[in-house]
Amino acid sequence: MDLSLSTRTEGDRTVVVVGGEIDVYTAPKLREQLIDLVSSGQYHLVVDMEGVEFLDSTGLGVLVGGLKRVRAHEGSLRLVCTQERILKIFRITGLTKVFPIHGSVEEAVAATD
Amino acid sequence: MAVVELQLSPLPSHVRTARLVVVAAARRAGLSDECVDELRLALGEACSRAVGLHAQHAPGTPVRVTVQDDPGLLSVTVTDSGPAAGPAPADLVDRFQGAEPDGSGPQDLVDPDVALAVVTGLVDDVSVDAGPAGTAVTMRWPLELGVAVGSTSVSR
Repeated sequence: MDLSLSTRTEGDRTVVVVGGEIDVYTAPKLREQLIDLVSSGQYHLVVDMEGVEFLDSTGLGVLVGGLKRVRAHEGSLRLVCTQERILKIFRITGLTKVFPIHGSVEEAVAATD
Repeated sequence: MAVVELQLSPLPSHVRTARLVVVAAARRAGLSDECVDELRLALGEACSRAVGLHAQHAPGTPVRVTVQDDPGLLSVTVTDSGPAAGPAPADLVDRFQGAEPDGSGPQDLVDPDVALAVVTGLVDDVSVDAGPAGTAVTMRWPLELGVAVGSTSVSR
């Protein structure tokens, strides 16, 4: 399955809904999407990964790149993910310490810190 | 012993093809669903790494992927002709955060050392045979004996 991307606004947050496979082939599309959002002044992002079926280290690199971009504007990037097989790669790489990971979009949108 | 062997031109789209083929071969061999998930990710990392190295250093040379199914053991080997694998990075988080300072650069390519670190972090039985001609990464999983080849249902 290919990568699917859509965005919507919830309050001051922009929710990016990602589905399908994020790998070395599709990661550039996600990167462009994150760059476009930051370029258009949207610095508080929630990336909903519940529909992601596959995520590799290239995809993680893109998410870290997105986090660095929003932080340069005092922004935030929160992830929504409850799937064990996706969370596993965050744990192996230690990136659970870098990203706030939430159990639902509502929780991520409401979160402040 | 049964073997499936693939040769991939170093293109990112072929990494997906390799995942699909190897997962299908592993399911047929009777690998458990949990191990199949692990294999899908580990193989994807190993192939992304090899494809990235070939794209930079050996664009005309295919990456080789071999799946060997022996009684009780599934071995998957990804062989590249790139520079030999180095030691694992001490801190993966630093490595990720050091990448992509301004959005330019080779961020579309996988970091070969990070990819290898993910493989070794995921799979219990991995050997990395690195030499001047390239690197062979072999991952092994136990197969339950008695799960007949060809009788497993392949859902996707």
